Amino acid sequence: MKISNGQTRPPVVGDVTTIVIGAGQAGLAASRCLDERGIDHLILERGEIANSWRKERWQSLKLLTPNWQTVLPGHGYQGDNPDGFMGITELVSFLDDYARRISAPIVTGTTVESVSPMDDGYRVNTNRGVWHCRTVVMASGAFNIPVLPRFASALPTGIESLTPHDYRSPDEMAEGGVLVVGASATGLQLAREIQQSGRPVTLCVGEHVRLPRRYRGRDILHWMHCLGLLDESYREVDDISRARRVPSAQLVGSASHGDLDLNSLTRAGVNLVGRMAGLHNNKVQFSGALSNVCKMGDLKMNRLLRSIDDWIAEKGEDQLSMPAEEFSATNSGSKQALSMSLASGEIKSVVWACGFRPDYSWLKVPVLNRKNQLVHDGGVTASPGLYAMGLPFMRRRKSSFIFGAGDDARDISDHLAAYVANSVAARSIAVA
Amino acid sequence: MNMYTKIANNGVNVEALVGAREALTETPEGAQFKWRASCDWVNGTHCNTSVEGFFGLGEEQSRKTNFKFDADHPEVFASEDKGATPVEYVLVGLASCLTAGIASVAQYRNIQLRSVRAIVEGDMDIQGILGIDSDVRNGYDGIRVMFEIDADATTEEIEAVVAQSQKRSAVFDIVTNPTQVEVTVK
Repeated sequence: MKISNGQTRPPVVGDVTTIVIGAGQAGLAASRCLDERGIDHLILERGEIANSWRKERWQSLKLLTPNWQTVLPGHGYQGDNPDGFMGITELVSFLDDYARRISAPIVTGTTVESVSPMDDGYRVNTNRGVWHCRTVVMASGAFNIPVLPRFASALPTGIESLTPHDYRSPDEMAEGGVLVVGASATGLQLAREIQQSGRPVTLCVGEHVRLPRRYRGRDILHWMHCLGLLDESYREVDDISRARRVPSAQLVGSASHGDLDLNSLTRAGVNLVGRMAGLHNNKVQFSGALSNVCKMGDLKMNRLLRSIDDWIAEKGEDQLSMPAEEFSATNSGSKQALSMSLASGEIKSVVWACGFRPDYSWLKVPVLNRKNQLVHDGGVTASPGLYAMGLPFMRRRKSSFIFGAGDDARDISDHLAAYVANSVAARSIAVA
Repeated sequence: MNMYTKIANNGVNVEALVGAREALTETPEGAQFKWRASCDWVNGTHCNTSVEGFFGLGEEQSRKTNFKFDADHPEVFASEDKGATPVEYVLVGLASCLTAGIASVAQYRNIQLRSVRAIVEGDMDIQGILGIDSDVRNGYDGIRVMFEIDADATTEEIEAVVAQSQKRSAVFDIVTNPTQVEVTVK
């Protein structure tokens, strides 16, 4: 059964070997790899192709990865700016185009309401009917729900509260001061453009990953690729649960290939404070540990840069590359504010850029831990035939990157195809 | 360069700590601890605090020694100076916690320590506690910790150990973040 992209169809109750949930890069890559292995499948998509990219991202966002890394199985970026960075519109057309090229069997406008185990597979309940399937690939995204600190509910009324899913551009915000909570790529990008719009920003900075956009004349992702870091397996790292929690690096994709670090924000006038630690009686409190998180970020960045230097020296590419560079230490200031009144009128809006988590509220299969996180071994859950895609460091450091979907999709569909083949064999023996 | 041919020995049983981490990941209820102290007023600003039992690993725990701590204020406060000031005990806690953390992290990273000294200094404007100026806080305005560390490691490795120790320090967290405190009278 193939349904062409974008077409709407009447409710179908059907049987299929595999249901893929979500038509983003992970679901599309999985579809392509399942197709190559002869696995009949359907992609159920709540909205349209690349829905989160279309509906849950801000206007100015560009990918953190250069265009040459925008690659899915069988198709990659073909434009004339391989070192540039795609905006959302361009990425959405890339994914639309990819879905067409691979004739992905997508049913759009179909929200999965529950997935539950049934004999020999899963029952997938949607707003447009029920499917039975042997296997499920959950490619519904890792960034479904913005994480808010527990004290966020104590925010006084009258102060606008935004998540990165609601935020579109500074023009839609109230005039006045903005508190941006979080120092990952999202927090820093939003802090910068909000500050540039004339709204004074206070940025709460906890542990973060500092990276220069370019080092010794090449994009940092080029070097991370050379060092094998992006392909590093989830089995090779010391502490995978920690590696999976690492926030996105402080990077921005821009035509200038410029850095987005705390020092550049300070120069732009952003006020740095420690991690938001409490909100009580209209008073927000900040941790006094800012200098340590900045120091840790600098130390980790410098360790990476030194290993790049070592790699270059080892490969004898010293002559070809620009000389080693030093980046100035993060200046966290000598006296940061430890608290701020929300009653004074200084802060008009708060943007919570504290990370995201996947939504598994529809998953009625006992594969979540006590913190409602999916328990999996490289995307393979303990429930036979139930797989994940696109989660941070799922099988490799690049798993949640667009170009990371391909290798994971190949591994997962290999596992899935073997499972289907074995269970078919087992069933024929039982029938015989 | 991290090219050790021998195993560092800082006297920290890292295997036991790593084992506890694994065990408590499986049984998080065992990780719920209660630390206690009981403080008796002696006279003036002099008081005496005992620290003995605590709760952890699912049960009451006792130890061999009942530790006693005298606290008082110095003579410039018209007190008898029979012990360190309570605010100095905060420095004791912070310095001991960070230093113990350094030993543990260094052991885990196979870095041999030869000596570690923390010099801690906190700034306080006592117009706060004396009620002279309501804009001045009672507590420390800022605390500085300066480490002198002699170890088989590069400066960057030592800095990374010190940073990690802060990241995992309970007292550093207590001092740098707000904590809900409830005081009642029986």
